[in-house]
Amino acid sequence: MNPPKLIEIRKNILKKNDELAQGLRARFAADGVFVANFVSSPGTGKTELLKYTMARLIDRFAVAAIVGDVETENDAVRLRKSGAPAYQVETHSMCHLESFHIDKAIAAAASQFRVEELDLLIIENVGNLVCTSAFDLGEDLQVVLVSTTEGEDKPLKYPKIFDRSDICIITKMDIAEALEFDHAQMRASIDAVKPGMPVFEVSAKTGWGMEAWIQYLVERIDEKKAEDTPARAD
Amino acid sequence: MHELSIALRAVETILEDLAEQNGKVMSVQIRVGALSGVVPDSLRFAWDVACADTRLSGSTLEIEEVPVRIWCESCQREHTLPDADFVFRCPICAASITEVLAGRELEILSVEISEYESPQAD
Repeated sequence: MNPPKLIEIRKNILKKNDELAQGLRARFAADGVFVANFVSSPGTGKTELLKYTMARLIDRFAVAAIVGDVETENDAVRLRKSGAPAYQVETHSMCHLESFHIDKAIAAAASQFRVEELDLLIIENVGNLVCTSAFDLGEDLQVVLVSTTEGEDKPLKYPKIFDRSDICIITKMDIAEALEFDHAQMRASIDAVKPGMPVFEVSAKTGWGMEAWIQYLVERIDEKKAEDTPARAD
Repeated sequence: MHELSIALRAVETILEDLAEQNGKVMSVQIRVGALSGVVPDSLRFAWDVACADTRLSGSTLEIEEVPVRIWCESCQREHTLPDADFVFRCPICAASITEVLAGRELEILSVEISEYESPQAD
C-alpha cells in the first residue's frame, strides 16, 4: 500500500465562475456593452432606481436588464414599465447570481434582446448583501445600494460587499428628513470600509439627485463605446 | 449562506483536477481570507453535503484562515488588521487604507489521497 500523499492544487475555488465571468467580460468588451451589477439588501429600492434609470436612458441607448430573484417574475414586470426589455432569472434556492446565470440568461433572452446590440446591460442581483459579494459576473461596474431607512452603520455591518463594489447609491432620500437620516454619519461609515468610494444620494420617487447619477452612468457607457469602436469589425 | 455553492464549486474543481489520479481523498486544504465573504464554520458545515456521492465523500476539510493585511502609505509599512475589524484605517497611524495586500483569498491549496495505485509500467 502506498502511503498517503499530498497533491498540490493551488486553484481559486471560484475558478469556474471567474473563468466564465472573464469570458463574458471579453464578449461584452468586443460588443461595446457596458455592464453594471446592482446589489443591496431586499427592499432598498433597486428595482425602482433601475426602472427610473432605464426609462431615462432608453431614448439615447439600447438598454436591457437581467434581474435575479429567488422566486417570481414581479421585478422583471416592473422593470419593463421603463419601456426597456427585462429578463427574469429565478434562482430558486440560491441567494445570489453566478456567472452561469448570466450566460444562460443572455441566451434565453434572445427573443427579447440581443446582448451584442446593447449599449448598457443592467444586472439586478438578488437582494442580499452577503452572498452576492463573492461572485464575479463579468460586469464593468458594481453598484451597492443602501437606503436611508437601513441605518447609517449598514456599511460597517456589511463591509465586504462595500469593499467589492465600485460606487454606492443612497436611496430613498425623499424620506431622509422624516427619518432624521444622518448623512454625514452614513458618509463616514462608507468611507471607513471603502475609503474614497464615490457616493450618489438619490430619490427614484421624486427624481431628486438623479441627474448626477445618470450623468455618471452616461459617461461610463460613452467611455466603453469609445474604447471598443476601433476594434469592431464593422 | 452561499457556502454550499462555494463548497460545491470546490468539489467540482478538485474532481476535475484529480481526473487522472486514482485513490481516496482523505483531506482537502483550503485557504479562506477574512475578506472573502466566506464563513469558515458554514463552509465546514456544507462540506459533507457537497462531497456526498463523490470521491471526496468522508474527506476532512482543513481551513487556513488568512487575516486582512494592508499597506499603509503614511507609515510606509504593512500591517495586519485585527480580527473581524474591517474598518480600513491603519491600526498605527489611523490613515485611510486603499491597498489590501491579503485577505481576499478563496483557494484550494492541496488534497491528501490514500489507497492510490502507483503508475504501472507496461
